[in-house]
Amino acid sequence: MQGKSSWNGTSTAAIAVVLLLSAGCAQHELRGSGDLGVIVERGAGRLQVVDTTRQKSIGAIAGLGDLSHASVVYSRDGRYAYVFGRDGGLTKVDLLRLRIERRIVQSGNSIGGAISQDGKLVAAANYTPGGVRVFDADTLEMLVDIPATYGGGQRAKVVGLEDAAGSRFAFSLFEAGEIWVADLSVPRAPKIQKFRNIGRQPYDALITLDGRYYLAGLFGEDGVAMLDLWHPERGVRRVLDGYGKGEQPLPVYKMPHLEGWAMAGHLAFLPAVGRHEVLVVDTITWREAGRIQVAGQPVFVMAQPDGRRIWVNFALPDNDKVQVIDTETRQVVRTLSPGKAVLHMEFTARGETVWISARDDNRVTVYDTATFERKAELAAEQPSGIFFTVRALRFGF
Amino acid sequence: MRRACVLCAGVALACAVGTAFADELAPARQAELVRLVRQDCGSCHGLTLKGGLGPALTPAALAGKPASYLKSLILDGSHRSAMPAWRAFLTEADAEWIAARLLEGFPDAR
Repeated sequence: MQGKSSWNGTSTAAIAVVLLLSAGCAQHELRGSGDLGVIVERGAGRLQVVDTTRQKSIGAIAGLGDLSHASVVYSRDGRYAYVFGRDGGLTKVDLLRLRIERRIVQSGNSIGGAISQDGKLVAAANYTPGGVRVFDADTLEMLVDIPATYGGGQRAKVVGLEDAAGSRFAFSLFEAGEIWVADLSVPRAPKIQKFRNIGRQPYDALITLDGRYYLAGLFGEDGVAMLDLWHPERGVRRVLDGYGKGEQPLPVYKMPHLEGWAMAGHLAFLPAVGRHEVLVVDTITWREAGRIQVAGQPVFVMAQPDGRRIWVNFALPDNDKVQVIDTETRQVVRTLSPGKAVLHMEFTARGETVWISARDDNRVTVYDTATFERKAELAAEQPSGIFFTVRALRFGF
Repeated sequence: MRRACVLCAGVALACAVGTAFADELAPARQAELVRLVRQDCGSCHGLTLKGGLGPALTPAALAGKPASYLKSLILDGSHRSAMPAWRAFLTEADAEWIAARLLEGFPDAR
């Protein structure tokens, strides 16, 4: 009798465990995350998770707050997206379980962030209060608060926050015209190096794919501030100084955005501010290597992963176009119309396709980068940013 | 006398029509402006208008600022900040309408 009842108990428990496991398996197949990504649906506060192999959406995650300007970095295993929301929300999202893992509201207004070289620290760039806050990547516990204080004690908005080698983060202070490099080898005791008078109103920055050069674009004057992170003792150097040639700039309706995608080989392709131009800089000599006339004021200037072509989208009133430039001839080889209000473009890891969002047409279009054919279209509500997990493997993304 | 009356009536009518145009934009244009402010001004001021690179444009943030000052900032921008001139996209009537709506609480756009 005793034997029979214990058999019943064990088998019931075993059946329960098997059912639970089956339920889990049915919802979430065993799969990698390397070909996944997210599309930000800015009005809905929602992320769509997409499979770039199947070119379709596999689910959506709501409850991410104000995503009207959202930026994403990935955990080093490509499984979790850290979403920085406009309202200061920082949400860790599980792409495989399609759910929010952790969420905090860490500031009043935030623009983006970065993840450290070893994947242990997530840093947020804040407008309000101006500064950088650094969190444990697992738990989102805040480890250190770095106020962006300058001059007479005011706090500047932080822009262009990028990860660099050795647990460092480099970032710029918009109102202050400064670049800071914070070494967080001991996270709770940051060592900060400050570079002052680097130029007027740095609006964003990029770090080259090798993590060596930090380039901050300037809004208040024509030029780019460059810091060699292998030799910070050399200080900040001005490149492309006065590229506007003294001409009255056009009104800037949307700030350009900089990221490591600017690089094609040793050339950097950068948006001119207030001009219908893409600027080319040789990163060996740091001299201007040319400029390319384009259809409008560039917002994103992005090289394909193989560096063969540069794709450019634009601010109002040209934000329904994308132009493609051949890097060998420096000519515009194609002008595309992906839809109304093209907000972002993202290449798959080896660049066979590029995904382009059209906010006012509620769609993301997948283009073949060799033939420019439309391969797929995904419905999305006011889509803005698109971020693929390949970013987990790169500096500055 | 009659000519003067007609003249006065004509002027009065023109004034009335002029005022009507300043206060009343066509609904379609109003909808376009709501979307422009939320989505495109929102690039810098936030979709919720709670600020970003640019300051907040909520009634609380704008309290005490004259509508005429806001209108002129919208149309001609500012040399001291990153605010561009929107004259290429907006008429005077558009800018007046936007300034007035910002001060009282800007409509939602979906």
